[in-house]
Amino acid sequence: MEVNALLMDPKDNVVTCVAKVAAGEEIVYRDEEKVCRLVAKEEIPFCHKIALADLKEGEEVIKYGELIGKTSQPIARGEWVSHNNIYSVPRDYESELIKQEEM
Amino acid sequence: MEFWGYKRKEGRAGIRNHVLILPACACGSESARIVASQVRGAVNIVFNTGCSDVADNTAMSQKILTGFACNPNVYGVVIIGLGCETVPHKELREKIQSMTSKPVVSFGIQEEGGTLKTIEKAVRAARDMAAEAAMQQKELCDISELLLGIECGGSDATSGIASNPAVGELSDRLVDLGASTIMSESIEWIGGEHIVAKRAATPEIHNQIIQICKNYEEHLKAAGQDCRGGQPTPGNKAGGLSTLDEKSLGCIRKGGTRPIVEVLDQAQRPTKRGAIVMDTAGYDISSVTSMVAGGCNAVIFTTGRGTPTGNAIVPVIKVTANGLTFERMEDNMDVDLSSIIKGTKTFKECGEQLLSVVHDICNGKMTKAEAYGFSDIAVDHVCRFV
Repeated sequence: MEVNALLMDPKDNVVTCVAKVAAGEEIVYRDEEKVCRLVAKEEIPFCHKIALADLKEGEEVIKYGELIGKTSQPIARGEWVSHNNIYSVPRDYESELIKQEEM
Repeated sequence: MEFWGYKRKEGRAGIRNHVLILPACACGSESARIVASQVRGAVNIVFNTGCSDVADNTAMSQKILTGFACNPNVYGVVIIGLGCETVPHKELREKIQSMTSKPVVSFGIQEEGGTLKTIEKAVRAARDMAAEAAMQQKELCDISELLLGIECGGSDATSGIASNPAVGELSDRLVDLGASTIMSESIEWIGGEHIVAKRAATPEIHNQIIQICKNYEEHLKAAGQDCRGGQPTPGNKAGGLSTLDEKSLGCIRKGGTRPIVEVLDQAQRPTKRGAIVMDTAGYDISSVTSMVAGGCNAVIFTTGRGTPTGNAIVPVIKVTANGLTFERMEDNMDVDLSSIIKGTKTFKECGEQLLSVVHDICNGKMTKAEAYGFSDIAVDHVCRFV
């Protein structure tokens, strides 16, 4: 089965297209053994991401199973996810440090 | 695993045996270029600092200059200063001589009475050094002598998906064989710093990694700048990397999975063997400069969009998993990893392939950037690159 997008982690709500995809074209990717499909609502350039679910404004975007940003506007399933509609959120470094008493 | 290298009196073996023509300041750069062009076996760097600078920048420049001179790929050093640089060429020479027993000489353009006289003396010195360097026989060295720098630049989404995981696999293989690797570009840990920190060999190293990212953001904030303003770059965005976090989560894959045993400042030489990290900018040229000053023998460099970059002292091995880029920039790319994207090879298989590529390069095979004689350098400064 030829795929044209990659899912990096089962928790992800985006996939990365490994070929240019035209509007209306089918996206095929693998989620472990399962082959999944969705239709691109717009043209997606090579290497760019497409939403797997309807995302509300301010919702977390997950790739590699990790937070890569939040949406600055609603993004529908099948739409292009890019720097134009997601943004990076500040890190909480203090909570990541191992406290002296835990060392 | 063993390779044919050049044993050094101090420290690790070299995989090249260059005579380095080293400017002590920007004003010596052009003369250094001419001297290197006159002597086979000599390489030069172009230096754009060394004068009219604040103390911290001077300290960084000195770390880079002394680090380059001490790099195991360098046989000997010919320094060209002006005479009124912040750290005089004689002082730089003495500093290098206190760190290594390799041959080092220096000349000042003002004392010699102009560039032509300086160049003549420096060419004679470099010629004699190159003649001696050519007599040094290669010896079998254990792979544990190798220190590999790991870099990515001109990244697109294929970097994080394919080429960086393959290089991560290479790093794990090398570490398991007893060699050492350095992953740098600390600004590109931001968003994935918690994952890098999980690899820390000790709780202290864990906190050092988190603290480096926190400090980087605060450092730029103090200058009224936001690290997310320059990262990702416009090229990254066009290549499908939408946020610094997304770029970082792909970037950190290139460091592999082995425990991180040491955290280095920019251009600092490691004291441990294994998987090491260095606090450098994400700006690839600057990061490579710092790792070479830290003593790397070679740098493996993943790219998505393609880049020509090379370094005078160490071979830079260019790998891409973007098949289009490999095709279009075949002049500059050393290894095609697009089979990972096509699904015909796994990144683990490609890690194995890269080990054999690195082994060949240790044994003397030239990378493309090396054959072209590329010599990129960028010295980080008080208001850091991003």
